[in-house]
Amino acid sequence: MCLAVPMEITKILDSGQAKARQGKNEIDIDVSLLEDPKPGDYVIIHAGFAIETLDLNEAEKRIDLFRQLDEQNQEAEQEA
Amino acid sequence: MDILKRTPEIKLEHGSGGALSRELIEEIIYPIIKNDGYSELLDAAELSLQGPPLFTTDTFVVDPPVFPGGDIGKLAVFGTCNDVAVAGGHPRYLSMGMVLEEGFPVHTLVSVLESAAGAAAENGVRFVTGDTKVVPRGKGGGIFLNTAGIGEKEFQYSLSPSGISPGDEILISGPVGSHGITILAAREKLPVGTNVVSDCAFLYPLCKQLFAFGEKVKFIRDATRGGAAAILNEIVFGTQLGIDTREEAYPVLPEVASAAEILGLNPLEVANEGVLVTVVSAGSGREALREMRKNSLGEKAAIIGTVTEDHPGRVVLETSIGGRRILDFPRGLLLPRIC
Amino acid sequence: MNWEEGLKSREIAGKLTARIKKSTAGYSGTICIMEVCGTHTVALRRSGIHSLLPDNIRLISGPGCPVCVTPTGYIDNALDLASEKDIIVATFGDMVKVPGSNRASLSSFMGEDKIKIVYSPGELITLANHTDKQVVFLGIGFETTIPTIASVFLRASREKMKNLFLYTAFKTVPPALKALLQDKNRYFNGFLLPGHVSAVIGRKAYDFLTEENGVPGVIAGFEPADMLSGIASLVELIIQERNAVVNGYTRAVREDGNRKAREVISELLEPGEERWRSLGIIPDSGLRLKKEFQAFDAEKVFSLPPVIDKEQPGCICGEVILGKAAPAECGLFGTECTPDHPVGPCMVSSEGTCSAYLRYTI
Repeated sequence: MCLAVPMEITKILDSGQAKARQGKNEIDIDVSLLEDPKPGDYVIIHAGFAIETLDLNEAEKRIDLFRQLDEQNQEAEQEA
Repeated sequence: MDILKRTPEIKLEHGSGGALSRELIEEIIYPIIKNDGYSELLDAAELSLQGPPLFTTDTFVVDPPVFPGGDIGKLAVFGTCNDVAVAGGHPRYLSMGMVLEEGFPVHTLVSVLESAAGAAAENGVRFVTGDTKVVPRGKGGGIFLNTAGIGEKEFQYSLSPSGISPGDEILISGPVGSHGITILAAREKLPVGTNVVSDCAFLYPLCKQLFAFGEKVKFIRDATRGGAAAILNEIVFGTQLGIDTREEAYPVLPEVASAAEILGLNPLEVANEGVLVTVVSAGSGREALREMRKNSLGEKAAIIGTVTEDHPGRVVLETSIGGRRILDFPRGLLLPRIC
Repeated sequence: MNWEEGLKSREIAGKLTARIKKSTAGYSGTICIMEVCGTHTVALRRSGIHSLLPDNIRLISGPGCPVCVTPTGYIDNALDLASEKDIIVATFGDMVKVPGSNRASLSSFMGEDKIKIVYSPGELITLANHTDKQVVFLGIGFETTIPTIASVFLRASREKMKNLFLYTAFKTVPPALKALLQDKNRYFNGFLLPGHVSAVIGRKAYDFLTEENGVPGVIAGFEPADMLSGIASLVELIIQERNAVVNGYTRAVREDGNRKAREVISELLEPGEERWRSLGIIPDSGLRLKKEFQAFDAEKVFSLPPVIDKEQPGCICGEVILGKAAPAECGLFGTECTPDHPVGPCMVSSEGTCSAYLRYTI
């Protein structure tokens, strides 16, 4: 029920519409469900609507966490 | 053409064999389609072939008839010629059977025919005979085309999948998914995939390069409906062979990957019209790859898998994260999803 | 490698899988995780994650497939609407092949001017403005999709449109989870929670899971690393016997979700009872048009009969949807019921458990 893709807003148009880009695909989307959409925002698009803005800092943080996983695994083994 | 002004739409009388039929054939169709092999309107054509004949037929009902990258005319030429080529032949002659629906715009017919004539002429293929019928409004899909194709058998070895054995390598000639997504986007007027273009192409030159490998080439087929997934499954279904294939190996154009992701589709399961899959004997993969990449149609060719004795009858995909799962026959209609 | 590539990378998937294996190494029992969301069911299988998990983790499906939990009676009513001369039924592609109680589906109307497949509800306004016919939209979906449809019908109302209608079958996730928790035979240890529904409703909406009768839940996204890290967190909570609700999709899900989207929902719709396939009627689990928008309510305007739930003989989709039966346990699986000739929604839905199992499982 949740098929959605991340895209970057490139331009805000009127009446709650905007242009968004993913790779070479640019499509028209509806951003009226977002509080304050701006060009440069990464948003999740479901059925042609942006349903939430992505927090890229959180995205980076989590990936860093995953990258450090085997170090944590190894530390745990050494402590044991 | 003045006649276009007089006749903006196809009428039932165009198919009745009378004066309007003659006008349609002699003043619209024939002037576009005629060539060295078809210089008189005869009921049947004499052919001259340099080798044993290969004969095939295919019918085209694509909706919409005109789409980014091509149209039903071009498809009707390339599709049938490709069937001859992947069977080991050099496509030479085509027939053109048309069923037109009452009300079909004549200017679209002209543009489709010009496209077909151009596609044939550029590739040394000739239309030599044809037929046209008209059906009442509501009884047809605008335009349906049938092309039967005859070519000369060039490749002397068997291309039947029964010659395939474990260890054989599987290659794909180019990026997958373009045609199906183009048609879906055009037909359903989707707001996505509008920059995707059909890959429809004449594959004989690529096949000819493969013919030079002789017995090392075991199988060639163009990956049309159902995409690469359908061909791989067709090869092993019901046999004692399986296929191992890798998701990361398949070339996909970025705009196709992106449209597919948005629509919830898998490019490996989507139709192509300018891509072939070939199976070559174990150890010949790199050589075949180098050869295909010399041709502009094969620039992005890749080795995508191997034939195995494991999991007989099934195609197993190694996913991009190193997991394994079945790559099944695509099922049912291609429809955009939100789930 | 940026974060987008990282989420799909083999390297990170490998580390997360190793972490999961480490956590479950000494564990003697089976850990049974319900993937609530149908999109998770498919994404897990397509990415091959099943083949990477240790044997003592079982993933079972849940009722989060909007197509799968729609009773046959709704399709029957949609088919009746489509066969009316002056009505066009507009729908997402997902519903087109689903059979009603007599096995007929909307696909039998394809090619005629009777159904229109839309990718986005945004297309409905243009569709209705360019036809003299009445357009009825099949309103299927959970909280991810509901605000998008609500937004369009609020606009239709502002523009005083007269030929666009909504046939609601909307369902909400938390009531379904509560209903599952009430099952006396507890057959799962935790929930993998739907990432995009959560983006709308927020992490807080699941706090009821921390109550006595609850189970741990982790909200997860849909890329391989999202799902693996979600499973890793959930496995640890289960082993530690901690009933927490953890947000594992922090880039998209906030504590409070998307308030504006929820406001759009509550402007047009209000909670009411809803019939779920196999779960029966769950109070307050559906969303219906408020009285002031009755003019758009297809059920009222076209006097549609109440939706009944009639299973085909032999079809156990009801149990499969809840994870109580595996597809292979259904007598029709793979024989009478295949993706080409589906009997029930679990096989025909793009997110259906049976179709995912048949199509992806080695």
